[in-house]
Amino acid sequence: MLNFIDTVGEAVAGIKDGSTVMIGGFGNAGQPFELIDALMDCGARELTVVNNNAGQGDQGLALLIKEGRVKKMICSFPRQSDSWHFDAKYKAGEIELELVPQGNLAERIRAAGAGIGGFFTPTGYGTMLAEGKETRIIDGRGQVFETPIHADVALIKALKADGKGNLVYRKTARNFGPIMAAAAKHTIAQVSEIVPVGGLDPENVVTPGIYVNSIVKVA
Amino acid sequence: MSAQTSSETGSIQTSGTPLGRDDLARLVAKDIKPGSFVNLGIGQPTLVSNYLEPEQDITLHTENGMLGMGPEAKGDEIDEDLINAGKIPVTELPGASYFHHADSFAIMRGGHLDICVLGAFQVSATGDLANWHTGAPDAIPAVGGAMDLATGAKDVFVMMTLLTRDGASKLVEACTYPLTGVGCVTRVYTDKAVFLTGPDGVQVRETFGCTLEELQALVPVPLTAAPAVER
Repeated sequence: MLNFIDTVGEAVAGIKDGSTVMIGGFGNAGQPFELIDALMDCGARELTVVNNNAGQGDQGLALLIKEGRVKKMICSFPRQSDSWHFDAKYKAGEIELELVPQGNLAERIRAAGAGIGGFFTPTGYGTMLAEGKETRIIDGRGQVFETPIHADVALIKALKADGKGNLVYRKTARNFGPIMAAAAKHTIAQVSEIVPVGGLDPENVVTPGIYVNSIVKVA
Repeated sequence: MSAQTSSETGSIQTSGTPLGRDDLARLVAKDIKPGSFVNLGIGQPTLVSNYLEPEQDITLHTENGMLGMGPEAKGDEIDEDLINAGKIPVTELPGASYFHHADSFAIMRGGHLDICVLGAFQVSATGDLANWHTGAPDAIPAVGGAMDLATGAKDVFVMMTLLTRDGASKLVEACTYPLTGVGCVTRVYTDKAVFLTGPDGVQVRETFGCTLEELQALVPVPLTAAPAVER
């Protein structure tokens, strides 16, 4: 069921300790900063977070990590010039890391949303990231079996929602939003604008409202 | 294909001096076939975009969800929703398209990209690539899209200096750093030579500031002159 919610705080209030939370965004583009701040305020702990990175600077996901609220990161690129909070926790052995090639991360998320139990891919074959995984030779190429990544909640950012929860995005801020919306049991989207039913051209809808549970407008 | 004999090596094109980073980028740009779809990796490969000519009609892909990426954004052009894989603000060209991350990597992994250009720590004689992790025990590993690019594009070009700061060859018999991909590299552009890698071993297309014999003295894998058709 779709709910339009007034504040980001109410939107994330149901997130429980131990949840797996997908957070959209690549760099700052598409990152739902206000929802992440609300997740910080709501106090949920022992989180597994799925994001391309592991927080940057002193904001958003980086602060959740700093405060010890994240038990495990599933991401492709944790180490950056300004990922000092993750770096410190990792070196102290206080956070678990599942490092996933970016295309596998995206496809594993997509697989979860599409009800696919796993897939074989050449990405990572013969590397240390394939150690311990099932492999096969398919069409003459070595391939690695990868499993879906499901989540309890997805926090994403879109440009506009209509009254049915259909979403459109803006430029490269789309990134992980559509696949995370499909992969999570409960998807919360922060948007810049809400338009009435019929206010989005159906030909241009990127995320159909069936994948979206909560919408909150953020100025 | 028979191995080239050393008597043929004199016919390799040799220019007077080693290539600088920009000269190398210009050379890679010139070698990209018109109409290609290309992904340029973060760092040195990004320089290649400075030397692509409009007549080449090259479409650049960025893995965070765009085809038709334009040059870096300046001043008023900067838009936080429009960045490249290095998180640098960029511009869009007419005919650009946006798509989500799984579609973007399907473009790569599905073999639709003609070329990707990557940096490297090491490349092996059979085209294995090591470019994501030094393997140092205290290093925080970060792979990003490197493994997908290495295995997905039809051709993988590497740009790197031939030697480390300590003078060791980065073109090696077998990589000692953790692998990014197996047998994926097809060409290696370095300051001293252009190498073609594959199951037949390493062939040299051209050298810069050294002869093939001098190059062979630096590199621990057998080198042969590439057939004229490859040059």
